[in-house]
This record gives sequence, structure tokens and C-alpha cells, in this order.
Amino acid sequence: MSSMQSNTASVEAMRPETSLTHAAAGEGLWSNVWKQFRRDPIALAGLYVVCILVTMALFADFLANDKPYYSFYKGKIYFPIFRSYLVGVGLAHWPAELQNVDFKKLEGATQVFPPVPYRPGNIDLLVPYETPSKKHWFGTDKLGRDIMAGMIHGSRISLSIGFVAVGIAVIIGVILGALAGYFGSWVDLVISRLFEIMLSIPTFFLLITVAALLPPSIFLTMTIIGLTSWVGIARFARNEFLRIRNLDYVTAAIALGVSNRKIMFKHILPNALAPVIVSVVLGVAGAILIESSLSFLGIGVPAELVTWGSILHEASSATFAWWLAVFPGAAIFVTVLAYYLVGEGLREVLDPRLRGLR
Amino acid sequence: MGRYIVQRLFLLIPTFVGVTLVGFLVMHLAPGDPAELRAAGGLGGAREGAISRNKQGGVDEALSQWRKQYGLDRPLPIQYAVWLKNLVTLNFGESFKDNQSVWNKIIERVPVTVKLNVLSLLLVYLIAIPLGIYSATHSNSLGDQITTLVAFVLFAVPLIWAATMAIVFICGGDFLYLFPPAGLESLDYSSHWSLWRKLKDQAWHIFLPVVLLSYDGFAGLSRYMRASMLEVMGQDFVQMARAKGLQERVVIFKHVLRNSLIPQVTILASILPGLIGGSVIIETIFSIPGLGQLGYESVLARDYPTVLALFTVSAILTLVGILISDLLLAVVDPRIAFGRRQ
Repeated sequence: MSSMQSNTASVEAMRPETSLTHAAAGEGLWSNVWKQFRRDPIALAGLYVVCILVTMALFADFLANDKPYYSFYKGKIYFPIFRSYLVGVGLAHWPAELQNVDFKKLEGATQVFPPVPYRPGNIDLLVPYETPSKKHWFGTDKLGRDIMAGMIHGSRISLSIGFVAVGIAVIIGVILGALAGYFGSWVDLVISRLFEIMLSIPTFFLLITVAALLPPSIFLTMTIIGLTSWVGIARFARNEFLRIRNLDYVTAAIALGVSNRKIMFKHILPNALAPVIVSVVLGVAGAILIESSLSFLGIGVPAELVTWGSILHEASSATFAWWLAVFPGAAIFVTVLAYYLVGEGLREVLDPRLRGLR
Repeated sequence: MGRYIVQRLFLLIPTFVGVTLVGFLVMHLAPGDPAELRAAGGLGGAREGAISRNKQGGVDEALSQWRKQYGLDRPLPIQYAVWLKNLVTLNFGESFKDNQSVWNKIIERVPVTVKLNVLSLLLVYLIAIPLGIYSATHSNSLGDQITTLVAFVLFAVPLIWAATMAIVFICGGDFLYLFPPAGLESLDYSSHWSLWRKLKDQAWHIFLPVVLLSYDGFAGLSRYMRASMLEVMGQDFVQMARAKGLQERVVIFKHVLRNSLIPQVTILASILPGLIGGSVIIETIFSIPGLGQLGYESVLARDYPTVLALFTVSAILTLVGILISDLLLAVVDPRIAFGRRQ
């Protein structure tokens, strides 16, 4: 048993040198990546934008909400936003005088509201198509809904797209790519046909077809996007597995009788991750673009859900309302650009061979 | 070479079966079978159970009749085989919406989409290749950095945003009126117009959709072109050409350019599916009566035969595109056909 362990250790030691020079002993690949990534100010700016977007999505309820943070009403202090979370999980309930009230119309209350005191669903038919003003920073749509609130809450969709769609694509892509690259021969031939099938399928057309057939649901849409967008990741994974499989340390592992599954996922995968990671980051941008196009076309997304794409769609029928076109579109653009910058920065660090390609 | 073509064609068969199988299975993924969808007039009522209960008896009779007519009472593999047979004879059935032949509906729309996509492809290559050459020969100059930046930013601009901004700001509306917001010809378009006037009117209408359909293509392709030029320029034979005293222009255009164009041929195959997807968005936004718009309308109306036919036709077009680009690649670079044989 102990000889087995020392053998595995020597296998570890035989790992090929990556493009990175290990600065110090004991320093992992990823801290090294971060060190080099940090030196690229443009990629770093992209990362900051992504972080801001994630924060915005996580704290959407605190940035845009029709309830106040703090409310002093009839001699009692409330924290309605926090309370609504507790009510949501059943740990608290609203006192009778606050049940279903509009906090903005409470008389004699001292309250502190979030910077955007609306929720995306707040309909106010008195102010349809209001131009951007102090009250509505990004204007309102035809139902008088605040665009800024819609956009802040809409960022949650682009964030979850990143997790769900790309998560599914990574799982399928890495497994299929690993099988094809590791086993080669007929397995590779069959899986490569699968790649070719996926590449010849008009993906966008397939997406709108499937999304239109199933009941509209954002998570279903994300799943379909994931199921149709794994080919890029799979091809990268296949090529990496193909390359690494012929390295000496893998041959050594095979000779030692290590199981195929262990070689593939424990020994090869960590070394194959670099180019895969880049295509994952770029895949997030692609998924966001696809989702916004789908909700722009009104397919696959429940009608009442406000997304960046659905706001943009309203602009195409109300061409005077320029704010409906400018802001949500810019949000998609900035998000996609940020992911591209991060992806490009990572590629520079991880895979210098591909430098300059898009 | 002959053997390579045969090999490629042979490998195309499983891909073709796979693609059609996906399309066929998607059809069966729908809630309710095509007969029920047809009973609901193809208008999406099937899901909500729009067929009123008191008419149920008559409907059931019609349903079983339709099922027999469409062969839906037979096992799935046989249905698939029958469908494939119909496909080969270009029999796509009739539209649920208006009972017209699906094939005629598609043929009617093909010229518009082909015109749009061919013009876009031309524009992509006409702009991207010279831009890539410039970037590579002046690499790291200010001009190169600017084109790199612009291409990178353009690549991130969502098509739906670019199109909506164009509609809002330069197509009538409250701002500029530089281009028409819809259609491919003016409302008063008549066949009595002079040829010049007709051409001018059509060009005015198609300009914006073509530009919108191609901008991310040329942003991407110019990057690829630059990278491929730089790669070739680093090779020994280029240095050799320079060493024997050839003019820089001859080196670039005769030796480097020819070799770096090879990979661009394959890119053609990967741009094609994107263009088809883009046509759906552009044709919907600009109300252009092409395949993309037909696809969108049929999807919304759950007009199954039309959707499936469009899906299959565009998949086959893409397959043919891939095949052509593979063969072209083997023509310009004989090593590929040779390498496969081993």
C-alpha cells in the first residue's frame, strides 16, 4: 500500500510543466494564474465589472425595493426588507397594520428607502413611458414600471444563466470530451460525429423551437441553452485529453494499473482545465447573449418576468422611448464585454499558444 | 483526393441521420401529438386544452383519422423511416396554419434569406481580410491596436441591441430617418420603375440588415486573419523569400497571404449557422419576409410541419457548407487529404 502511494506521488511529480513558470515551491497553479492575471489592467477591469454585477444580483432586493430598509411607524421600529425575507421562509409574519400596505403611502411614518424605491413588477399606470428623471432614473415602460428596478433584478437572470446553462454545458462537454480524447479510436469517432451533429444543427432555431413548445420558464430555458452549447467546451477538452493522454506520466499511471476513471478525472483533468476554463468564461457570455435574444423574441420566458431582453423588446414597438433601448442593451453589452475581457485575460495567462485569436 | 471525398461523404451519413433524428424527436417532445396540434388549428391551443368538451366526440373521431393519415398509430422507428422517405422526396407535408404545401412556403422565402446572407458573407470577407492583412503587417502599431480594440468591442455588441438602437435612432421614430424601419422595398414600389431606381430602393432597404448581420462576423474573422498572417510570417520560408531579395509587397501578397487564407475557408462553415440564427432576429425586427421570419412565426403558431422542415433544411444547408469548406480545404492544402489516408 505504501509503495502504491509513493508511486502515485512520483506520478504527480511527473506532471508536465505548464506554460507558467512556478515561482516558488508549494505555490499552486491558480495562485500563479491570479498573479499574472492581476498584471493585466483591462482583464482586471472586466473582473471588477463581473464582481459588481454579481453583487448587484445578490443584493437586488436591497438596491431596488418598494419596501424601506427602516420604518418607524406608530411607535414601533420595523426593518421591512429583512422582515420580508423572514416572512418568505415562514419565520415571521407581518403585523396586521402592515399587511399588504404600500409603505410609500404610510402616513406619519419615518422611513429609509433603497436608492431605487420600486420593484420591477410595480405597475403605475399614471406614469407610462416617463423619460428618465429624478424619480425614475432610467424612465418607465408602458405600464409605468421602473426600468432601473427591472434592470437590477434582471441581472439575477444573467447571473443564474452563468451558473445553470454553463454548468450543464461544462458537465456534458468535459465528460464527452474526456471520453473521446482519452479512449480515442471508435469512441472518438462516435463522439466526434456527435460534435458534428451539434455543430450542423441550427442551434438558435432548435432553441426557439424547444423553448416555444415547453411551458415558459426561465430555468427550463437555461437548461436548454446548456444542453445545446457544450460543443465548444467538449472540443477543447477532447484536444487537451488527446494531448495529455500521450504524455509519459499517463503512460506510467496506466502501467501501474490505475483505473481509467481515476486517470481521466484525477490525473488528466486538472492539467486539461486551462483551455476549458477559457471556453467556460466565454461560454457564459454566449449564454447571456442567447438568453437575451430569446427573451427579446418573447420565447421561453414568462410574460410577467422583466429581463434585459424583454425591456429591449418593448423599445422596438415604442421607438420614441429611447431609454428602453439604450439602458438594457448597454447592460447586456457591458456584461458580455466584461466576460470576454476576463476570458481573454485568462487565455493570455493560461494558453499563450492561442494568443491573438479573438 | 477521390478517396477523401468518398470518405467525407460516408461520414456525412451518420451526421445526417443524427440531425434529422434530433429534429424528429423534438417533434415528439411536444405536449400532444401532431394530430392534436392540428386539431387546435396549430395555434398553441393544444397545451391549454382549447378543444371544448362538448365537441370532444367529433374531435376524437377526427383525431384518430388524422393519426392514421399521418401514420401516428405506427411505432416510432417506422414513423421516422416514413418521415425520412418523405424528406428525401422533398415532401414536407402541409402547414397546420393554412394547409399550404410547406415546400412551396419555404421556396418562396429562400431568395430573400439567401440574398441577405450572401451579401453579409461578402461584406464580412471584403472587410475582414484587408483589415486582417493591415493589422498583421502593422502589428502592434497604433492602427493595429485600434482595430483590435474596435473588433473586440464590436464582437461583444449584442445583435438585438444594435438592431433596436438602429430602429430607434436612425429609422424614423423621433430621431433620424436615414433608413427604412421595415421591409425590403418601399410601399409604392412598382415594376414600372427604372432599373436604377429599383436597385437604389432595394439597396437602401437591405443596407442596414446586411451590416447588422455581418458586423460580428467581420470582427471575429479579422482577428483570425491577423493571427493566421502572423503565424505564417514567422515561418522560415517567408524569411527565405525576404532573404532572396523579394519586395515586401510580393512576400506579403504572394507568399504569406495565400497560405494564411487556408484556415479562413473553414471559418466559412462556422459562420453559416450563426447567420441563420441571426436571420431570425434581423428578419423579425425589420419585418423581412425570409426564412428566419417564417421560422419565428411558425414557432409561435406551433406550425409543426413548417418548423420541422425549416429546421431540417437549415441543418442540411449547414452540413453542405461544412462539406464544401472541408473539400475546399483539401483542394488548397493537399496535405489534408493525404494525411487522412494514413
